[in-house]
Amino acid sequence: MRFSEKISESLKKAAIRLPDDVLSCIYQAKETEELYPQDIHSQASLSVLNAILENLELASSLSLPMCQDTGMFDVFVDLGRDCPLLPKQVELSINEGCLNAVQEAFYRRSVVDEPVFSRKNTQNNLPPIIWWNLVEGDSLSIKVLLKGFGSENCSSVRMLNPTGGEQAVIDAVAEIVSLAGGKPCPPIFVGVGLGGTMERAAYLSKRALLRDASLDHGDVRYAKLEKSILERLQSLGIGSGGFGGRVTALHVAIESEPTHIAGMPLAVSINCWADRKVEIVWEGEDA
Amino acid sequence: MHELRLPLDECDLLSLRAFDQVLLSGVLYVGRDQVHSRLSELISNHQMLPFDVKGQAIYYMGPSPAPEGFPIGSCGPTTSARMDPFTPQLLDLGLKVMVGKGPRSKAVVEAIVKNRAVYIQAYGGCGALYASKVKSVTPVAFADLGPEALIKLEVVDFPGIVAIDSLGMSVFSS
Repeated sequence: MRFSEKISESLKKAAIRLPDDVLSCIYQAKETEELYPQDIHSQASLSVLNAILENLELASSLSLPMCQDTGMFDVFVDLGRDCPLLPKQVELSINEGCLNAVQEAFYRRSVVDEPVFSRKNTQNNLPPIIWWNLVEGDSLSIKVLLKGFGSENCSSVRMLNPTGGEQAVIDAVAEIVSLAGGKPCPPIFVGVGLGGTMERAAYLSKRALLRDASLDHGDVRYAKLEKSILERLQSLGIGSGGFGGRVTALHVAIESEPTHIAGMPLAVSINCWADRKVEIVWEGEDA
Repeated sequence: MHELRLPLDECDLLSLRAFDQVLLSGVLYVGRDQVHSRLSELISNHQMLPFDVKGQAIYYMGPSPAPEGFPIGSCGPTTSARMDPFTPQLLDLGLKVMVGKGPRSKAVVEAIVKNRAVYIQAYGGCGALYASKVKSVTPVAFADLGPEALIKLEVVDFPGIVAIDSLGMSVFSS
């Protein structure tokens, strides 16, 4: 199998089936809401979670996308500096892989050629957004988010005060999620980017969404901060579908980088419960 | 669980309360961002609309392509808030039911109360589930909009929850 075929096969599945870490978050949310049978909000949230699980079964048995918004391809390439595959070949494989998935898995055509004037549909969901990251060695790994826009429209950036500390971070994320309310198809996944510059924080917030939700942050300080943010978000009481249950967010992940003495850039990427992410590792295939 | 026919009978509509679970069967018109923008322009220019909205139900949705043998592809709701600026004028023309996801503006809630309408929330992201509830699809207008075109669905047991009722009671905390 060529690398482009490997990409398209993964992307076809990504629109229909959720990764195990995402599924287990949804089951956990269901268990939590089941603890409150007398609460009308938890019961409505439970209806949403049951519909989500029924929907996933149907998507799988009918081979239909789980959500009609099959999103925009947000592609993160970790390319080894010594990888024998040329960037040009990698780029071609990504474009071809995306195009074939769109045509064969009944993706909705959701991409327009420019944002303000013609907004003409490109009819193939191209171009993908491609982020190039150089790493040591000869490996190549591609991670792709199928980024739906109901949730993307709720993502946001804040340039926080450098002395604000953890509290400023928790408050800003809570404010952004609170503003989003029931719009992004909660329960949501929250990616937080901290540090760098404004646009780097936004990039980091997307990379954070790619992390396996069953794994804790490697730095205990950030792992604790993720937990504190999650607790605060649950206290907002937005709940599944915005009906006001106990579980507003399924997971919070942070990515951070060095920043300037004068600032603490923060970005929040919100993803709906349909956190469609996939990793494709190159194992010596032809482009 | 309230099993309801579309177009909705006025008594049924007035009896619905926020948090009620519903199953809708019958005719559901489909339009989202660009359809609303065009309908609004037609109204402003005092031109005929492609369908009579009086008494009807509209679903904010743009489907994925239909595989062979299916009337439609995945077809869950889109975010209703983007339709808010256009909604009061449609309600003033007699639109009775809106189906989408997420909260609405204060102006929309007021127009719902004034015109005795109802807003039903469908389950967000559940495109395959809703595809299984659609029996037929008829194009109505604006075919150039592709997945955003104005179409008409025949649905059976289409599930949702009343999010804002005709008294303005809402499931969403302010």
